[in-house]
Amino acid sequence: MLEHLKEKVNGDASLTRRGRFLTTTFLIEVGPAQWLVSIVEGKIASVTQGPFVMPSWSFALRASQEEWQKFWTANPRPGSNDLMALIKRRVLKAEGNLQVFMANLRYFKESLEKLRPSGATA
Amino acid sequence: MSATFEPVTGRYMHLDLFGRAHRIYVEEAGQGTPLLCLHTAGSDGRQYRGLMNHPGITANHRVIAFDMPWHGKSSPPAGWHEEEYQLTSAQYTTMILDIMTALELDRPIVMGCSIGGRIALHLALEHPERFRAIIGLQAGAHVDPYYDLNFLHRPDVHGGEVSAAIVSGLVGPGAPVKEKWETLWHYMQSGPGVFKGDLYFYKIDGDIRDRVGGIDTRRCPLFLLSGEYDYSCTPEETLAVAASIRGAEVTIMKGLGHFPMSENPESFIGHLLPVLDKIRNSTPPR
Repeated sequence: MLEHLKEKVNGDASLTRRGRFLTTTFLIEVGPAQWLVSIVEGKIASVTQGPFVMPSWSFALRASQEEWQKFWTANPRPGSNDLMALIKRRVLKAEGNLQVFMANLRYFKESLEKLRPSGATA
Repeated sequence: MSATFEPVTGRYMHLDLFGRAHRIYVEEAGQGTPLLCLHTAGSDGRQYRGLMNHPGITANHRVIAFDMPWHGKSSPPAGWHEEEYQLTSAQYTTMILDIMTALELDRPIVMGCSIGGRIALHLALEHPERFRAIIGLQAGAHVDPYYDLNFLHRPDVHGGEVSAAIVSGLVGPGAPVKEKWETLWHYMQSGPGVFKGDLYFYKIDGDIRDRVGGIDTRRCPLFLLSGEYDYSCTPEETLAVAASIRGAEVTIMKGLGHFPMSENPESFIGHLLPVLDKIRNSTPPR
């Protein structure tokens, strides 16, 4: 599900330029599946699928597979169109050091929106 | 190449509010029934640029928008550097009524969005005689906090960037790119802690759930318009408010979000004009 994240983010020069002060690893949970996404100076260095024994991450984003699927459609419905909308509905749980997430919120929103079918050229 | 000018004029007004001197920026365009417009939290009166430039609105309405103190081109009052800005219901109400008096507006239509929509409900309840009609955009009676507001004002998070990033998803998907990013730019320009201080009213002090049913639309007509994609004030929340107020008229605006007048002026004006027509046709001449 997250296999194409690296190429899609790294292929967007505007996005990686805005993320150039960001180096971190975060965890994303899609139902029972987990991935660690490592970012170095705005570019995604690796996307590793779990399960993990001792994962280290700055923050984690956890939602059900169903909610992510609704988020990752070309034209998501109201309430599924934005990470903050999912958080507002209490279906996306953000935890950990959220300073990293909030200080780079536009970067993370736009990166994860890249996984929408329409996100290829966004 | 020739320059063009918009039919919008701006002035700085000096006015005492809450016993303190203020310098307040006021913009207006058009002639006719005064239409006083209130911007959202952490933004400014530029949100109404589409209305002020639309002949269908300005032919019959004097459209007025002021930047609240601390916002846009209005200054915070002297001494601000030692204070934490927090907007209260009482201050917000006083500000609107005092500015109306200073501008000698006779029973304007007031239209506010988000925090402006919330205060519109307060005005409908407490001061209906001052208005010809009240229009609440994205007006709910209450919003539960859904993120830690401290992230809006701390040195290791850029306030403008985070404010815009938080609200970006509130813009409807059909918004023209230019208008969406103009709307977000206003958020990026907001002063430190101002969006957070406005949200004190929106999420805490301005909760009107217990009293909203007391609004009497026979004293002043109330119109509620909300965008479909707003997850801050959802259509369901607007419909719940409307259901609790007899005579309130509600429009859910398909495809629009939390900033209808700014994110997609053309689409919004299509919803607003019938409301303004209705107000004009139902208001007896004085």
